[in-house]
Amino acid sequence: MPNLRLHSHTESISLRFSRLRRLGRRHFRCPTIVAALLVLTPAIFSARSDAQEGPYFVTYDHYLEEPGSLEVEYFSNFATQRGGNDFAAYWLEFEYGATAWWTAELYLDGQTTFGDSTRFTGFRLENRFRLLKNEHVINPVLYVEYEQIRDADKIMKEIEGHDVEADHAVPNAILGQGHNHELELKLLLSSTHQGWNFAVNPLATKPLTGGESWEFGYAMGVSRPFALKASAQRCSFCRENFLAGVEMYGGLGDRHSFGLHETSHYLAPVIAWNLPSSWTLRLSPGFGLNDSSHQFLLRWGVSREFSGFGSMLASWFGGGR
Amino acid sequence: MRVRITPPSILFWSAVLMAGIATGQSGDSSSGRFDKSVYAELAKAPAKAAARHNPLESDPEAVAGGAKLFERHCAECHGAGADGGKKGPSLRVVEVQQSSPGTLFWVLSNGVVRKGMPVWSRLPEPQRWQLISYIKSLGASDKPANK
Repeated sequence: MPNLRLHSHTESISLRFSRLRRLGRRHFRCPTIVAALLVLTPAIFSARSDAQEGPYFVTYDHYLEEPGSLEVEYFSNFATQRGGNDFAAYWLEFEYGATAWWTAELYLDGQTTFGDSTRFTGFRLENRFRLLKNEHVINPVLYVEYEQIRDADKIMKEIEGHDVEADHAVPNAILGQGHNHELELKLLLSSTHQGWNFAVNPLATKPLTGGESWEFGYAMGVSRPFALKASAQRCSFCRENFLAGVEMYGGLGDRHSFGLHETSHYLAPVIAWNLPSSWTLRLSPGFGLNDSSHQFLLRWGVSREFSGFGSMLASWFGGGR
Repeated sequence: MRVRITPPSILFWSAVLMAGIATGQSGDSSSGRFDKSVYAELAKAPAKAAARHNPLESDPEAVAGGAKLFERHCAECHGAGADGGKKGPSLRVVEVQQSSPGTLFWVLSNGVVRKGMPVWSRLPEPQRWQLISYIKSLGASDKPANK
């Protein structure tokens, strides 16, 4: 019987993916534009630099963007939905290293709910500030985000409060009517020891409209490169270019009902491949840990880093010499 | 969906723009010259850290691996030959070349965050030691890259 159940579950996921492919042809206008942007951007910023990007999708470690560098990232989050239509949400992320202790980011979010519609769902402005000058056993980074998003936003970049799967079962026409202005604070605690990175991110969110109370959540992760030493040859498939790990994230209720009651939680293996050509690919299947969670998530992302963006801005505004 | 341009977002992007310009202007980007004071950070390495030996000192492949890592992560700022670049000073001056491997490892791991050098502890320890092997293998340059 367990085999039969497994077979049925696999068949169900396979059917969902074939639906995704079919519907994707009709609905994925936004990702097409994004892909075009990603292809065109290298023509604009020719300089290149390679950072060792981490594999996490939700958790943050304490490493910031290099000063003056711009990282352009595209991420997608496919989720199964009970009592509604499966969806694929996506976001474009511009991550800029303002200084070695300050990174700023702009997110543009969208989603396609299959059998429903495709929507732009809002934007987020994020800042991360490194609090200590030197490396310590645990390194704190302050994260401050302002977001202006619709209720239809489904990127699930963070799980907070009493976020549950049923929230996403409502049709886009209804979800699209509600919008949120939120302030989100996180304390990013991260440590790296013998190649292993450990990160824990407690978070608190305050809606700036409607008088709603603070909501809480968490994300944590552990990851490691496949090899600690670099090989002598320049190569795409060297073991040191791959990082793998696992992350876990979920909600912790709000100020009036703090705890695990009616919250959702996910466990997600993560893998990243840092190519020598400064592209990074990431993949993460995620699994809901309770009945309030989506049963299955599939996240993937592609990013490229461009150095010299700050210098380019300076030259545009007459600061270059 | 109509997205409003709010005062916080205008303030934020103004700040980012200014920071970007400031970053672009930091250092002498056209000449690659930096004041000798940029090397003062080397003296801040704790004695215990400075005394550490490079465990890959006798590894014949360490320099080659370090060269690859340097090209990938460091050359953008410090120049392809480590003689100094747009954003980073030369690593071939005597101040660097005569520093102990432990000192260089400490600076690499901690960065000089207030002066623009990021923390590189995201690279595993062996890779940081490979970088040190490579930098030390370059030796001091006759090229007067710094004031």
